[in-house]
Amino acid sequence: MSDSIVRVRGVDKVFGAGADKTPALQHIDLEIPRGAFVSLIGPSGCGKSTLLRLIGDLTQPSAGTVEVNGKTAHRARLDRDYGMVFQAPVLFDWRTVQGNVELPLEVSAKDRSARADRAKAMLALVELTGFERRYPWQLSGGMQQRVAIARALSFEPAILLMDEPFGALDEMTRERLNIELLRIWKQTGTTIVFVTHSIPEAVFLSTHVAVMSARPGRIIELIPVDLPQPRNDLTREDERYFGFITRVRERLRGREMGRPGAAEVAAS
Amino acid sequence: MFRAARSSLSLFVVIGALAVLWEVVKLLGGDPSEAWTPPFQWTVASDLNMPHVWDIAASFAQPAQRNGPPLGLVLINAGIFTFREAFGGFVFGAVLGLALAIVFVHSSLLERALVPYVVASQTVPIIAIAPVLVIWLGGGWLAVALISAYLTFFPVTIAGLRGLRSPDPRALELMRSYASSSRDVLWKVRLPAAAPYLFAAFKVAATASVVGAIIGELPSGIRDGLGGAILNFNQFYVSGPPKLWAAIIVAAIVGIGFFALVRAAETVVLRGRVAPSDA
Repeated sequence: MSDSIVRVRGVDKVFGAGADKTPALQHIDLEIPRGAFVSLIGPSGCGKSTLLRLIGDLTQPSAGTVEVNGKTAHRARLDRDYGMVFQAPVLFDWRTVQGNVELPLEVSAKDRSARADRAKAMLALVELTGFERRYPWQLSGGMQQRVAIARALSFEPAILLMDEPFGALDEMTRERLNIELLRIWKQTGTTIVFVTHSIPEAVFLSTHVAVMSARPGRIIELIPVDLPQPRNDLTREDERYFGFITRVRERLRGREMGRPGAAEVAAS
Repeated sequence: MFRAARSSLSLFVVIGALAVLWEVVKLLGGDPSEAWTPPFQWTVASDLNMPHVWDIAASFAQPAQRNGPPLGLVLINAGIFTFREAFGGFVFGAVLGLALAIVFVHSSLLERALVPYVVASQTVPIIAIAPVLVIWLGGGWLAVALISAYLTFFPVTIAGLRGLRSPDPRALELMRSYASSSRDVLWKVRLPAAAPYLFAAFKVAATASVVGAIIGELPSGIRDGLGGAILNFNQFYVSGPPKLWAAIIVAAIVGIGFFALVRAAETVVLRGRVAPSDA
């Protein structure tokens, strides 16, 4: 792939030192094409969040290189190429909805009217027009997460990093936000890297699903999901959609079954 | 507005109840009068030790010294004088306390090196520190304000440190992902997050600053404030017990008033936040 926005090469990540040394990621190679929607999926503790944080320069690799947008991850962060969304909305409760969305723009020293225009546009994008003056605690969980997405998009990041953004929401809200996220992705043309532990969510959203193994985390397979775009509620009833879900599930399970764990042996 | 009215009403109810209790104690064990002989004789409840509530009230209208202005006027002036010192001390203490907290939150080395001394400073009694400061700075207004600041900076440092550390670690990561300067992190995340903690400390500091100012007046030889008044009426207690009690009441009013002022500022600054604080 010539136009890769993310190039992860030979990355290891080890936490701790000496006797407490725990390998979190082992020999990760990952190329993400510009404009793609890539999900990282794997069992708990497989290091998918760590990989996301490595791409976002929130932590540094123990070995290997991470290149984003044609430069080091560090340079990309300083150039404000990232938008981040966490599982919790992490909104500032002393700022209004609009104030929260404007925060990244204040940091990048945009002038006041440009900030307000941009924040209004982003809030319109996540369909929260009319809620500008509200405070975060006056909104539902789903609406708070939409504010977080609007904030992450406010300085038009080249790449949006999302760490289980809908993990704390109920199923109905989650499915609705999935469709909205796909619309936002199409409208903005941004690249999205999305951590989840829901297989259906990963398949529904992604152009590529990176299946990861348990600790130490490795990428078992990067599965291209060529379900037709744009995806909608009908996609969830498509036979091929279930086919992809089965394939991802088997890849995830295959690792565990091929290697009988000590715990299972002890239990029998 | 309604809440303020209700809380000042409950203040009056409590003060009234205390006055009634005071008189009940005197009724049970105070000095005998023509109309009533109490069943007990408690020294503490004598007219000398516990003057009647109405005698204390009346003393405000009587001259403090022969041919002088009424005690009430004297005490109001003394209260204003002491409040000025306390306010100066509060501002010094709050600025110093917050500055220390900001330094400590950015340097764990300085925190580890200096926090033990900050804590130790509070174990040295202010009564011992006050004369030293007066000797250094002379017995002026500044010395008193600094003595008062000595009491007020500590709660601000401790609460400020906690408040500056209170933001969600992910909020700090978010700021990092915006490539924001540490100044932006301080102004846009840490300080706003610390505000509720700081106001809790400011309320403690406000009352402590009045105590500090009163104590600071004693070795400074300042006669114009409440400290001077208390010292004076204490020396001549026997000749007019209600005067000392009147001075104590005015000192309490100054402390409560300062507290209320900080609380009003808190309501304005923290409006729109999740949970309005109750303290």
